[in-house]
Amino acid sequence: MYKIIEKRALNRDTIFIRAHAPYVAAKALPGQFIILRPTEDSERIPLTIAGYDRKAGTIDLIFQTVGATTMKLGALGEGDYIKDLVGPLGKPTELDGYKSAAVVGGGLGCAIAYPQAKYLSEHGCRVDIIAGFRNKDLIILEEEMRACADRLVLLTDDGSNGNKGLVTDGLRALIEDGAKYDVVIAIGPPIMMKFVCLLTKEYGIKTIVSLNPIMIDGTGMCGGCRVTVGGEMKFACVDGPDFDGHLVDFDELIRRNAMYREKEIHDCNLLKGIASDG
Amino acid sequence: MADMRRTKTPAAEQAPDVRIKNWDEVAFTYTEDEAVAEANRCLNCKNRPCVSGCPVAVRIPEFIAAIAARDFEGAYKIIRGTNALPAVCGRVCPQETQCEGKCVRSRNGEPVAIGRLERFAADWAAAHGIDDTGEKAKPKGKRVAVVGSGPAGLTCAAELAKRGYEVTVFEALHVPGGVLIYGIPEFRLPKAIVRREIDNLKKLGVIIETNVVVGRSITVDELFEQGYSAVFIGSGAGLPSFLRIPGENSCGVYSANEYLTRCNLMEAYREDSATPIRRSKRVAVVGGGNVAMDAARSAKRLGAEEVRVIYRRSEAELPARAEEVHHAREEGIIFNMLTNPVRINADEKGNVKSITCVRMELGDPDESGRRSPVPVEGSEFDIEVDTVIIAIGTTPNPLIRMTTPGLETDRRGCIITKEDGVTTTRPFVYAGGDAVTGAATVILAMGAGRDAAAAIDRALSGE
Repeated sequence: MYKIIEKRALNRDTIFIRAHAPYVAAKALPGQFIILRPTEDSERIPLTIAGYDRKAGTIDLIFQTVGATTMKLGALGEGDYIKDLVGPLGKPTELDGYKSAAVVGGGLGCAIAYPQAKYLSEHGCRVDIIAGFRNKDLIILEEEMRACADRLVLLTDDGSNGNKGLVTDGLRALIEDGAKYDVVIAIGPPIMMKFVCLLTKEYGIKTIVSLNPIMIDGTGMCGGCRVTVGGEMKFACVDGPDFDGHLVDFDELIRRNAMYREKEIHDCNLLKGIASDG
Repeated sequence: MADMRRTKTPAAEQAPDVRIKNWDEVAFTYTEDEAVAEANRCLNCKNRPCVSGCPVAVRIPEFIAAIAARDFEGAYKIIRGTNALPAVCGRVCPQETQCEGKCVRSRNGEPVAIGRLERFAADWAAAHGIDDTGEKAKPKGKRVAVVGSGPAGLTCAAELAKRGYEVTVFEALHVPGGVLIYGIPEFRLPKAIVRREIDNLKKLGVIIETNVVVGRSITVDELFEQGYSAVFIGSGAGLPSFLRIPGENSCGVYSANEYLTRCNLMEAYREDSATPIRRSKRVAVVGGGNVAMDAARSAKRLGAEEVRVIYRRSEAELPARAEEVHHAREEGIIFNMLTNPVRINADEKGNVKSITCVRMELGDPDESGRRSPVPVEGSEFDIEVDTVIIAIGTTPNPLIRMTTPGLETDRRGCIITKEDGVTTTRPFVYAGGDAVTGAATVILAMGAGRDAAAAIDRALSGE
């Protein structure tokens, strides 16, 4: 059992938890993920590791309460236990050797993009962060990102923070302004990563994306997380989750991620107590 | 004088139209009288060919004689002497190619139903609360790590614990049991039986740590640093193979591993399960092994109207247990033999709508001695389906070999062992089961687990 040491809300539906998970904390590196089941009757879901403390044996997770499983996780409080938690899974992001990077985060993706930006800046890399959210109430980690970025561009879809635009607009403006990047790291919804990759391909900038397909075990056993990269079948859990964004078939990923949407909506509504005939 | 009836004493079964609507076992365990009647068919012959057909050399004529004498507890204890999981083996062993395949009675009629008798003895013992954790040797003061809690790991752990070692089993999933839990469906192997075996293991003092992926959470080298004197790798063959044909990433295409894991481990068949699974109408399962049968019959129980097995060779080559094929047919599973998929077709949303296949004919025998199938030119045809399950095999997971320097594997990723079958190229690292052989049977994995325990004991006692 994995005790929740700390829990706080980052905004209306985004939650930070710090949990005791010594095996994971001992080995975790940026870009890796865990799989958890909040309660005995839960699905297994993957969550990227947002931080870790090797000495204390704890890891940080940031998640949005958007599905039945994250709602169950969000219902646990400090001192409660997560039923199952396993990791670290996946390959760590290769972050060494870069001199100048743009880190692009979309929504909750910033929770994963931030530790990568932090690692890069701590290892002598100049980092610009372009972070996009639906509206200003959903902005997370602003201070943390500002602290490790040379430049932080914060955008909202509705302009409620005074800077309306998509992350691709922000990234394009920086590139047009003369910024030279060795690498772009894009983490967010697949549709966002797809358009970031289309943009960086125009400019010929290497782009790493972190994929979030449906998976069960996270160790290569189910193959549910298979994605097409450069025309080849890859398992995101063992071959990834990071891939060369210019080679990823995002449309396929988006279709596969939608496979169980009806059931997800149905289960969420059940949890919220809303009648549903889905 | 033996009972000379030519056929096995029948075991009562659920009718096909009933059982496809539930997840209970197909066949019932023999009653005491049925078991005694069947036991009386054994000739108790001197050269005991059945024993030579058993990978763990269960003393078959002895346990059958005990059943005939109504000494059911004695029968169980005889089996347990060499087989750690009789309730499992009685249900899932391919008896027709092992013990029963060698039975003298099969020369003129059906063999003695050794599998059913083994199952009877095990179930009788469980029902009567027979405690058989057995004698434990004096503590040796040495720790051994077992990687994986499938049949190989469970057997190895039990044998080592009995020999006085402190054993910790590391399991990647949240429930121990490996393929017995995630792979084999409830209607073929009730999970309660697996849980009972795991509890027996705990009674022997074995510690089971779930949610630990060796190769990620901890490496083999780190296990030694933590003070383990030897490591047994029984991590199985969990990586599913795919056909590598166009359309295989369409929505509604599953590996059998994924389909069965959703259904068994995550209990997606329950209406209130949090884990989703496609509620299909028309399903194609590709492959002809036990896993293909399990997937097809699970799809039927999940409510599919039409389920077919697509296999590229002919019926004679079907690798599945005869009983599984028989049960599948009874349940209305369609068999498309000498048929091979070439393409999976999807609609505009990416959902599977059909599978394009080609007819095959048998050519010359290949290196395995089986006649290899070759496509019949121009024979392509479409089958309308909404779900495709790929059950063409699995290979060992690469995580351990990637993180264990000096552990040699072959080109299929199987761990290379010395003549004894369990000693690897790394000192004090042993391996067995599917991780060594590639996908095989529960009983072979158990045999390897037992052999590895003996080898570890020899190495650690300095013999």
